[in-house]
Amino acid sequence: MSKKAFRPDVDAPEWKGGYTPYDIIKEGTIALLVVALLTIGLAVMFGSPDVKAVTLKRWANAAPVDFATTALSELNGTSGVATYGAPYNKNSTGQQLGPLELAKWVGARIPIDTATAFVLDPLKSLPSQPALSTGLAQWKSASNGTRQTWMNDYTKAATKMKFSAGQVVVNANNAGPVPVFINDLTQMARSGALDQDLVTSNGFYTTDYTLPLLFIADGSYLGNLAATQHLTGEQWGMMNETGSYPGQAWLWLYTFWYQVPPFSQSGNGDVLVWGLMMVLTAGLILVPFIPGVRSIPRKTRVYRLIWREHYKP
Amino acid sequence: MSTTEIDRQWTTKLRRRVTAKLPPEKLLPDTQPAYVSSWIYVFGVTTLSALMVVIATGCLLAIRGPQWWHGSGIGHFVNSMHLWSVEIFFFAMVIHLWGKYFMAAWRGGRSLTWVTGAVTFLVSILTAFTGYVSQTNFDSQWIATQAKDGINATGGGAYFNVLNLGQMLMWHIVLLPIAAVVLTGLHVLMVRSKGVVPPFADTASEMS
Repeated sequence: MSKKAFRPDVDAPEWKGGYTPYDIIKEGTIALLVVALLTIGLAVMFGSPDVKAVTLKRWANAAPVDFATTALSELNGTSGVATYGAPYNKNSTGQQLGPLELAKWVGARIPIDTATAFVLDPLKSLPSQPALSTGLAQWKSASNGTRQTWMNDYTKAATKMKFSAGQVVVNANNAGPVPVFINDLTQMARSGALDQDLVTSNGFYTTDYTLPLLFIADGSYLGNLAATQHLTGEQWGMMNETGSYPGQAWLWLYTFWYQVPPFSQSGNGDVLVWGLMMVLTAGLILVPFIPGVRSIPRKTRVYRLIWREHYKP
Repeated sequence: MSTTEIDRQWTTKLRRRVTAKLPPEKLLPDTQPAYVSSWIYVFGVTTLSALMVVIATGCLLAIRGPQWWHGSGIGHFVNSMHLWSVEIFFFAMVIHLWGKYFMAAWRGGRSLTWVTGAVTFLVSILTAFTGYVSQTNFDSQWIATQAKDGINATGGGAYFNVLNLGQMLMWHIVLLPIAAVVLTGLHVLMVRSKGVVPPFADTASEMS
């Protein structure tokens, strides 16, 4: 029977050389000790970042116009979440990987009607206030067309929105209850009540922050703070963290694709990057089985540096 | 009980199989091939040591709950140790991975050792990510709100909701660590069973 040919990138020669003493337990103990001490040293010297989380209260107090404008976009259906598509609603196809509409196929599994979830439901939870109660009743009984007319009128005037004497000021004459909604929601946010309402909207105990995080992310405040901390996409933000810390440096390749065309210019950038990373990841896992890729180590001869003692003449 | 009956027992079969693959002298060796003499070998054991420190500091954080470290000096220090042990873990792991690539460490029936190592690397990335979004601070807010777009674009966001703190924390402290530890255990056992890959053959006679 003929012997199978030796494949240098698959087979390994049998070791017929010598052996040296090796104390695996001692090696492991020393390594653990060194790593533990190094960890303590780095923790003492550099600590770790802990910038406080942004709240709706803080946002509405620091940038009330940005908050009120965002609230309006949630009500009139023009916000990022309102036009997002899956998994929050069906208002967009979402990103596509070639002909594959992956997000759309999954559907709106975390359904969010922004006008209801972010504006109307929180307002309904406020203690009875005559103007607001009247406004909510007016909204409820109005047709979609009337509501749209009110929102269009307010949206048009909101380009000159001001925040004066603790009130949202917009000169809209035919906006129905919308001015009351936006002003009262802003007051609610400034008091901290909106934070509480969005978190506990599904019950007393909760660990799900989907609603407040989506609302906050729709505004400019969070993004502006992130930009000052070098965290935006253009700043390689996906691998950074606040302060001068290493962050998730291991995400460098994933982050890199977002910096270069076509990914940086495509409306389908996210899914394209994910698709590419899936292929590369499969490639990494399957290196031993990919001809060419598995030959690079032998051909580059870097191994002769690693095993230089062994190859010494 | 007859010998044949004992031979047929699942326990006997498993013990024989395990001890054949991993006899004590392979599991806890006291010698190693002479070619195992390079600084690159340090990074495997360093990765393993860092993983132990990561788990230990994570357990310390778990004792007092996910928000303890915001308001306690000791808690913040433990969190800092958790962070830096993770950084050391990835630093050592990446060098270990490149080292093993240039050694073509999958040769000689070691493909699965490579595969388990690569998958452990990916699971570790996911574990670190879920840790970042579970910090309950500005970083976790920003990372979660940005990452959701990537995951949602694939359709995965409907099931793996990075804005759901409870879900992310559970993945971070239960599911992914179990996966990482099991995979690491398998990886180490495979290394012990198959031994460290020998250098490339230098002569034709070595390839016979």
